[in-house]
Amino acid sequence: MSTPTTLFEKVWAEHVVVPETADTPAVLYVDLHIIHEVTTPQAFSVLRASGLPVRRPDLTLPTLDHSTPTTPVSTFKDLLVAGEGAANQVRQMERNCEEFGLELLGYGSGKRGIVHVIGPELGATQPGKTIVCGDSHSSTHGAFGALAFGIGTTEVGHVLATQCLLQRKPKTLAVDVDGTLPQGVTAKDVILAVIGRIGVDGGTGHVIEYRGEAIRALGMEARMTICNMSIEGGARAGMIAPDDTTFDYLQGRERAPAGDAWEAAVTRWRMLRTDDGAAFDKSVTIDATRLMPMVTFGTNPGMVVGIDEPVPSGGDASFRKALDYMQVEPGQPMTAYGVDVVFVGSCTNGRLSDIEEAARVLEGRKVADGVRMLVVPGSERVKAEAEARGLDRIILAAGAEWREAGCSMCIGMNGDIAQPGQLSVSTSNRNFEGRQGIGARTVLASPATAAASAVEGRVADPRKYA
Amino acid sequence: MKPVRTITSKTVVLPTRDIDTDQIIAARFLTTTSREGLGKNAFHDLRYDKDGTPRADFVLNRPEADGCSILVAGNNFGCGSSREHAPWALLDYGFEAVISTEIADIFRNNALKNGLVAIVVDAATHAWLLDNPGVALTIDVEGTTIKLPDGRKVPFALDRFARYCLVEGLDQLGFLQKHVDDIVRYEETRPWTP
Ligand code: SF4
Repeated sequence: MSTPTTLFEKVWAEHVVVPETADTPAVLYVDLHIIHEVTTPQAFSVLRASGLPVRRPDLTLPTLDHSTPTTPVSTFKDLLVAGEGAANQVRQMERNCEEFGLELLGYGSGKRGIVHVIGPELGATQPGKTIVCGDSHSSTHGAFGALAFGIGTTEVGHVLATQCLLQRKPKTLAVDVDGTLPQGVTAKDVILAVIGRIGVDGGTGHVIEYRGEAIRALGMEARMTICNMSIEGGARAGMIAPDDTTFDYLQGRERAPAGDAWEAAVTRWRMLRTDDGAAFDKSVTIDATRLMPMVTFGTNPGMVVGIDEPVPSGGDASFRKALDYMQVEPGQPMTAYGVDVVFVGSCTNGRLSDIEEAARVLEGRKVADGVRMLVVPGSERVKAEAEARGLDRIILAAGAEWREAGCSMCIGMNGDIAQPGQLSVSTSNRNFEGRQGIGARTVLASPATAAASAVEGRVADPRKYA
Repeated sequence: MKPVRTITSKTVVLPTRDIDTDQIIAARFLTTTSREGLGKNAFHDLRYDKDGTPRADFVLNRPEADGCSILVAGNNFGCGSSREHAPWALLDYGFEAVISTEIADIFRNNALKNGLVAIVVDAATHAWLLDNPGVALTIDVEGTTIKLPDGRKVPFALDRFARYCLVEGLDQLGFLQKHVDDIVRYEETRPWTP
């Protein structure tokens, strides 16, 4: 019998073009390369300067998301809402795609959206693929049993030119989430708890595999929320073994295999699991039954507490600096703090089920006076589907804003920002200083917690709305 | 890329843990289509107050930081976003090396590909460097050692390929392109197509 191997090792082994040695990294083949306007211009410049074409336009999926405004766009003037630099970047991307023969899912396509939302929704994200993008939340696609990770712009150029990357094989970390989740506790709460447990550097150099009963019970969108934030624990990739939930999600999507090819693919995908007895370099077990809604209190995603737990005291100078920035006191729960802005969206929580979760809390209620709430669908498709279900009307009736698809306040480089000192409850993935605007104070939370906070005007426990 | 063999400089120390790439270069400066000119906005919100006045208490604004090209930072430097603008900004600012006890994966990859030497040292050396800002160091990239002022040489780990590329000034795209036959063979013989 051959040595038992992990899911990661199986996918890795299938994509090695040239094995690694002590002197050189492996040449690893990339099956899907998703690109966007912010981290590609300099890579296209390198191709242009060297006279190189894009090797596999058919495996390259370009869209526009990071620096696009979340107001309607039909002219260049509309793009300027996000600023001149952002607008030019969008135009440059359109020109680059045309010059290099790439089909851009841009304005007018009806398919534009956040890189990590459109890959899955098109069915381009599939089990067993290697998927990269010049964005660290590429780990999202690992929810399908793909090996997916973020790369820098130089590497974007490597993939465009050769469809390959130079990579050292990472280590593996098993995260088992055992038991069933209590009512009102969501995937976002699970991943925040995981990061709180392993720390923001606990996964450095590792690929995480999420396992256990609580993970198996999640739908695909919830699994994407989990894998999305692997990078916040330092891991470049997070994976979940594909199963019937995965196959049901993919079947019939436009870029998924069809007919006989579908059957063959599912047969192959069923093999993509960690063998019994396979060894991980590290492992962590989390008891799902003890989890609660989680919120961050500091300036990285590892600084997290349960919604009714006090903010911890003590810590070193970096810890105190973070609390100072956030203007929070040790010993107080986060529910003591008033909210100025609420953001529901991003590649972490900008999918249909996330918007449904927020709308369920908002239905028949009002956003508190003085609170601005933005709900931003992750893609044009998510927007259309939400509208077909009437979610936009619930959101608007509650007094929140229903906007166009894009990264929006997750990154604050497109015109959507919080003002200095404002407290923002956000379903995105990073509460770094200034991430949502200079001096903005970000509290990461689930869509339900975000919506409950909007209604109450302070950080709020969503369980009473469950 | 220019070859990087040795770096001799005084250090500047930023002891904060978990300095993320949003701190190094904020997202609002990413709306550029060039690699150049990011240095003036490196650590922007730490360097300047909201009126754009330099913060006198920030270490890079002190006179002794002038000309220092070695940054010693708290644990887990460069976490967060994959933006290569972070090493571009540090290089453009004038840094040639960054030393910590842990450097986030994507940042380290990006840094080394651009000739910014990202070095992980042991906790004791790190603690000493944090406690002694402004000491003169010589980093020998080929020998993978840091020479301390007392002449002692501290070894550090550096991937052999990354080291080779730094020392030779090698462009990794050229290396990948040499494998084009292997890539074609892989595409033609793999059991399934994406
Ligand atoms: S939503 Fe945020 S994290 Fe996701 S791709 Fe956009 S900027 Fe990156």
